[in-house]
Amino acid sequence: MAKSNKPIIWGTFAAGGTLSAFVTPVLILLTLLVALGHTPEMLAYARLHAFAAHWFGKLSLFAVISLSLWGAAHRLRITCYDFGIRADTLVATIVYLVAAFGSVAAIVYLSRI
Amino acid sequence: MSERVYQLEVLRYHPETDSEPHFQRYSVSCEEEWVVLDALNRIKETIDPTLSYRWSCHMAVCGSCGMMINGEPMLACKSFLRDYQGVIRVEPLAHFPIERDLVTVIDDFMDKFKRVKPYLIPKHEKPVSEGEYLQSPAQLKKFKQYTMCINCMLCYAACPEYGLIPKFLGPAAISMAHRYNQDSRDGGRDERQEEIATTEGVWECSFVGACSEVCPEHVDPASALQQVKIKSTVDWYKEHLMPWVKK
Repeated sequence: MAKSNKPIIWGTFAAGGTLSAFVTPVLILLTLLVALGHTPEMLAYARLHAFAAHWFGKLSLFAVISLSLWGAAHRLRITCYDFGIRADTLVATIVYLVAAFGSVAAIVYLSRI
Repeated sequence: MSERVYQLEVLRYHPETDSEPHFQRYSVSCEEEWVVLDALNRIKETIDPTLSYRWSCHMAVCGSCGMMINGEPMLACKSFLRDYQGVIRVEPLAHFPIERDLVTVIDDFMDKFKRVKPYLIPKHEKPVSEGEYLQSPAQLKKFKQYTMCINCMLCYAACPEYGLIPKFLGPAAISMAHRYNQDSRDGGRDERQEEIATTEGVWECSFVGACSEVCPEHVDPASALQQVKIKSTVDWYKEHLMPWVKK
């Protein structure tokens, strides 16, 4: 029997899942904090802009955005299947297209900073 | 010790006479500290000798008495009557064909179990005169948990993926492959990967986790499968992006 090529998709899913498990709660907390008017000095616009302008900042932001998207896409695909939506090819095409679109958009916007 | 009457609703099916399975209700007097297997034994001894089911050790070691009890895959010898209210419904393990009453046809599992080569394939055969294959406690710890599997097949009855896709190798077989792959004395991983790193192997698993919930020996098959996925993913990248790297 031939070995599966699933690792291509699963690799981004595993990396994205692990990353978002750590990063997303922190992002939610920080967003809430900022929304409530307590912006720490570290998160001031000028500093975040400088971070996003640096190549390492761009790379980090791209990794967080794209991997989270691919992780969520694969999770959604499996959830749909487990809930009885068996049109797997259609679901997979839609969710992965969204993730791909998001990743490309991230590259475009990050390159403009 | 005190006895009381329990109601059991048992799925019956005799292929020679029955066109399809049906439930039969038994009222049976049991000690309150008995398990479901004791109740079945008393039914067979005092009420209905035609009732068929598998059992052997009565102590959660042999893995024979797996059945659905109130819809959950359980060992009948580990399910206490006092933990159930009202009528207790007993059915053969889900996802397996019925041979007779609570006895299932397990050929599919046995075949898959053999396919993953669940035995040591030594890296280097060495003569007895060279002594033992030594192993440190740390090396043992890597796989010891997975040796606890008793092949009771509760994980197959619990796994929705196996129910949907009968070709799926399933939790116990892949866990057992992982057990030998993790063994420092073993060199058979490449052979086993041919079976488990396939679509019908580990990649059919969507990490529902039911296998680990029902496992009576706390093997945690789901953890084995996720570890196999990570290792197979690393393999894939090595094979496709760095084909010059020898394994």
